[in-house]
Amino acid sequence: MIEVERLWKVFGPRAERVPGSPLAALPRAELRDRLGCLVAVRDVSFQVAANEVFVVMGLSGSGKSTLVRCLTRLIEPTAGEVRIDGEAVRAMSAKRLRELRRHRVAMVFQHFGLLPHRQVLDNVAYGLEIQGAGRAQRHARAAEVLELVGLTGHERQLPEQLSGGMQQRVGLARALATDPEVLLFDEPFSALDPLIRRDMQAEVRRLHAEVGKTMVFITHDLAEALTLGDRIAVLRDGELVQVGTPEELVGAPADDYVADFVRDVPRADVLTLRWITRDAAEGEELEDTPLPQDTVIRDAVARVLRADRPVPVVDGDVRVGVVDAEQLLPALLGHRRQVPA
Amino acid sequence: MTVTTAGRETGAAEDGAGHPGRWGAAGLRSGRTRIAVLVVVSVVALLSFRTTAAADSSDAAAFRFFDGVRDWVDANRDVNPLFLYGVNYIRLGVRLLVDAVSAGLTGLGFAGLVAVAGALALVVAGWRAGLLAVTGFVAFAVLGLWAESVETLALTLSAVLIAVVLGVPLGVLAARVRWVGAALRPVLDVMQILPTFAYLAPMTLLFLIGSPAAVIATLIYAVPVTIRITELGIAGVAPTAVEAATAQGATRLQLLTGVRLPMARPTLVLAVNQTVMMALSMAVVTALIDAPGLGQNIIRALERVNVGAAFDAGLAIVIMAVVLDRVTTAASRRRPHSWRVAVPVLGAAAVVAALPIGDAVPRFSFAAPVNALTGWVELHWYDVTEWLKNTVSAILLNPLETTLTTTPWWLFTVLVLVAGLLMADWRSALIAAASAAGVNGLGLWQHAMQTLATVLVATVLTMLIGVWAGVLCARHDRLAVLTRPLLDAAQTMPSFVYLLPAVALFGASRFTAIVAAVIFAVPPVVRLVERGVRDVPATVVEAALSAGSTPRQLLWKVQLPMARGGLLLAANQGIVMVLAMVVVGGLVGAGALGYDVVAGFSQREDFGRGLAAGFAIVLLGVLLDRLTQGFHRSTKGSRQ
Amino acid sequence: MKLRIIPMTAVLGLVLSGCGGATSDAGSAPSGESKGTVNLAINPWVGYEANAAVIEYLLEKELGYTVETKNLKEEIAWQGFETGEVDAIVENWGHPDLKKTYIEDKKVAVDAGPTGNTGVIGWYVPQWMVEQYPDITDGANLNKYADLFKTSESGAQGQLLDGDPSFVTNDAALVENLKLNYKVVYSGSEAALIKAAQQATAQKKPLLFYFYEPQWLFAKEKYARVKLPAYTEGCDADPKKVACDYPDYVLDKVVSKKFADTGGAAYEFVKNFTWTNDDQNLVSDYLTNQGMSAEQAAEKWASEHEATWKSWIPAGS
Repeated sequence: MIEVERLWKVFGPRAERVPGSPLAALPRAELRDRLGCLVAVRDVSFQVAANEVFVVMGLSGSGKSTLVRCLTRLIEPTAGEVRIDGEAVRAMSAKRLRELRRHRVAMVFQHFGLLPHRQVLDNVAYGLEIQGAGRAQRHARAAEVLELVGLTGHERQLPEQLSGGMQQRVGLARALATDPEVLLFDEPFSALDPLIRRDMQAEVRRLHAEVGKTMVFITHDLAEALTLGDRIAVLRDGELVQVGTPEELVGAPADDYVADFVRDVPRADVLTLRWITRDAAEGEELEDTPLPQDTVIRDAVARVLRADRPVPVVDGDVRVGVVDAEQLLPALLGHRRQVPA
Repeated sequence: MTVTTAGRETGAAEDGAGHPGRWGAAGLRSGRTRIAVLVVVSVVALLSFRTTAAADSSDAAAFRFFDGVRDWVDANRDVNPLFLYGVNYIRLGVRLLVDAVSAGLTGLGFAGLVAVAGALALVVAGWRAGLLAVTGFVAFAVLGLWAESVETLALTLSAVLIAVVLGVPLGVLAARVRWVGAALRPVLDVMQILPTFAYLAPMTLLFLIGSPAAVIATLIYAVPVTIRITELGIAGVAPTAVEAATAQGATRLQLLTGVRLPMARPTLVLAVNQTVMMALSMAVVTALIDAPGLGQNIIRALERVNVGAAFDAGLAIVIMAVVLDRVTTAASRRRPHSWRVAVPVLGAAAVVAALPIGDAVPRFSFAAPVNALTGWVELHWYDVTEWLKNTVSAILLNPLETTLTTTPWWLFTVLVLVAGLLMADWRSALIAAASAAGVNGLGLWQHAMQTLATVLVATVLTMLIGVWAGVLCARHDRLAVLTRPLLDAAQTMPSFVYLLPAVALFGASRFTAIVAAVIFAVPPVVRLVERGVRDVPATVVEAALSAGSTPRQLLWKVQLPMARGGLLLAANQGIVMVLAMVVVGGLVGAGALGYDVVAGFSQREDFGRGLAAGFAIVLLGVLLDRLTQGFHRSTKGSRQ
Repeated sequence: MKLRIIPMTAVLGLVLSGCGGATSDAGSAPSGESKGTVNLAINPWVGYEANAAVIEYLLEKELGYTVETKNLKEEIAWQGFETGEVDAIVENWGHPDLKKTYIEDKKVAVDAGPTGNTGVIGWYVPQWMVEQYPDITDGANLNKYADLFKTSESGAQGQLLDGDPSFVTNDAALVENLKLNYKVVYSGSEAALIKAAQQATAQKKPLLFYFYEPQWLFAKEKYARVKLPAYTEGCDADPKKVACDYPDYVLDKVVSKKFADTGGAAYEFVKNFTWTNDDQNLVSDYLTNQGMSAEQAAEKWASEHEATWKSWIPAGS
């Protein structure tokens, strides 16, 4: 669906000389001091499958917002390629690019980017309006998506009359109005209160369940990434450190940076049994009913602790190992590094 | 005149906000050393190179050159294609516009114009503004100045119309196309420090006298503000909204019309507001080149030293300024009524316009009481005012003037260069020094130095009063609330009007120009200082207070040092305004360059010198602006 | 409104037919024709205003014209002939250079005869000074008394107070060429001159000032003229080298060529206008000291001097 290949974005004078030259190997700080260039995205490659929610996570300054903007060339990449549905984005003419933005990819912004002089309805209909859709048609469609995001009744209000959460719902509706294949989210909820943020995350999950769509979601909030992401990419200083499922990230961080990141995550909530099984000892007596290996640890706690004997863990019909209280307790309490068996 | 050079001020204020004032002990020490060195070197140089201050020649090469230009223009005005197909058509077009606007306004008749003005104000700015407009317009008739007011309004509106038509697109371009912005910036800088007086003579040379020349002069005065504020507004549009629209596939044109312009609307209306205020004050001054309207009354009052008559006209101008200001300000804050309200209201106004209602309103004039008061003051304060005038002249003005006029031009230029290098950056220093040399090249060295002396004295007085009042206003909320409307009114008044009370009190002298300049320049200085002090972050003030600072320590050790950006900006603005006013003071005996300009457009044989004096004033303005603004900039740079 | 529309249509016509380019008088209101609007320049001294007040009053009341007055300095008023802004200047002080430019070279103005007033320009001191320093009226002694005239404006030199910068004056050249230890200070207006003169008399303060006749002030207080080297024909030919006193001026009227050609009765009337210095001083006095408006002053004078102005009215109107 979306393929990103060796993508670079360097800001500063004569940025194009950096990628592909010996300079590319230099660390960020040295490049800045020597050339006055800032490397925002460094040699990044990944693929996003259709209907997947792909989260890009990193601290501020890690280049994640630049990366997502490079996907539709809101920021022009310095080197590398982006393909959407197999079509090379960097080769697109201005017209073709506009078509892409109008029909196939929509974006939700951190600071909403609503037009303050337009009513909610007209904000949502803006994308259709610039495509040349008729007034009745675009208003009908806008009303439809407003209902989808739960804003029916607020059509005639101005953005400033709405709360932050509601404004972002307008942003969401605006992105949905043109029925794009891809939705890009640039830290959409980081400006919102925690409670509202949780609501909105649920909203995104619900929408994803209802309308499908491929989503690329930028965030600096690990909990958000874990909640939403099918897969998560961790970005540091413009470089991809690790791409994987939430489980993989928590269970097998690629380096200390990621490990540090995920240290406070309650692993029992994220990891499944397969991360903590041990082989059964010779002739050990086991419980009769096995547990599937993709059971989240916390869900297995009651069973395992109540059992008199270790519980077998299976992948389908094949037994992959057993768990007992000894295995459970570290996952529930400690921060010990876990390695799959 | 609410914000005379709004663009610059806002820009600099943003800069200031971006870098809260901080100056290390090192900066302070080196600053003091620099100034001490400069002072010592200057004194030694001045003592060793004094000249005899020989009067300017009355026949400098520059004067002859400009006389030649004048003669050529005179001879070719109806022959040369440049005039036949260019300049004269511009003049004709502007005249058509003015005639059309003025025909429209007078055609409505008294009742009609009052009704239409009220209705328009109501639709764009709400019922309060509507009421104000009606009251204001009726007041013109009550003062017996209806016809003159309408003429002034017509001139102002014509100039504003052209300014908006030219200025808004230019402002948009300047904000969107980098090289346009870069190319316009220095041009606008110079235009904004041009004293109104300086370019009246070139106007009459190209466009002769009358309304067209007046409108074009007004346009030149007002359009920089239109461009600057439009640029600010467009550049200030939230980038997220632009990005969001781009991400949705908007074209450049769609971005401009659907996002940038609508989002900049409040700022654009503010641009119109400022343009109107600038245009109004200039439209009054153009009475000097035969523009009709209230300016004529002021000039006549000046000629007769009739403060009372000028008071009525001045009051009419202030009323017009207040009405236009409030209506446009309110319009920038709210959205206009929809057509459902607009149509009936305008319809009602049209009906009133059609009704045969005369302008039979009761008349009232302030002339008699004001003249009585002035007479009393002249009689009873004579000794005080004479003493004040003579003391300031003897202690401040004359020594300074002697020092400046006895300084050889090259030494002055070198000193300016050194001062520029020490206090500002090399570029400002070079420009300032080149300006100084240019003044000498124009053959008006003595007069320029006399003007400079007057300007410097007036600036010192302005800053003393302005900073004192600004600090007071910043520290006493109630005082600030009380003075705000006063400052508003003072800033909407055209420079001209301030000459009158000064003349009445102090007769014709340089001191009169100083007094008028101080009155003219103090309000914006008070504003900037007050804002600078108030902008000091509350946390810093809190921290200083909790450390046990007395109010005085708080002021001297925290608030004033941190408001330094505002103070320097105030000095820059103050000096530019003072220069403009001192030059106008040529009308009332301040002599020097201002007199040369006045004589230039009133005496044929002095034309060349008048034009040269106009350029000299511009150069002097550039010099003062670069030195003060350069200082402002360089201190900012060193803080980063 | 109607008044404005007609010039506008005329202008439009001009624009449409104007393939030959626009000349400098394009678009100006055609003057003095059927509707009868006369554009009268008003120069900034009260004697001029007196002339203009009476002419305006009689043109409007007796001949039925509309008069538009325009406050203009002398030089600028002359420019108005070229642009069509001005139809008549009704008190002109000499100005041979302007006459050459606008009457002879450009042919946009014509002489409309004398006003009957004789103009005198000179340097004056208040009478009390003559009594105290009898030889002060001789210009040769001025340097001796320079200290008396020192002010804050003139510094170490004596002050010679001048009026409006636009007035006809050689004073700066005179001070230089006669080697006088004086500095010319411009008060900016006739009113400021008069105020200074009155103060000098009332408070016995020394004052040397530029002044002129006809002027109502001479009817109220005495001032003595300081004698400069006598005027001889042509001694003021080069304004930068003048070293002689001012000549006596035969004050006259100048009108635009267009007004002379199409002004009809109004032009005839302006041409016929002539009166004495006393007449002018009387009206000036009404204007300045009796607080009358131009119209009131003219009305009062006209009602008292019908015989004088009857002869100005052209036959048949």
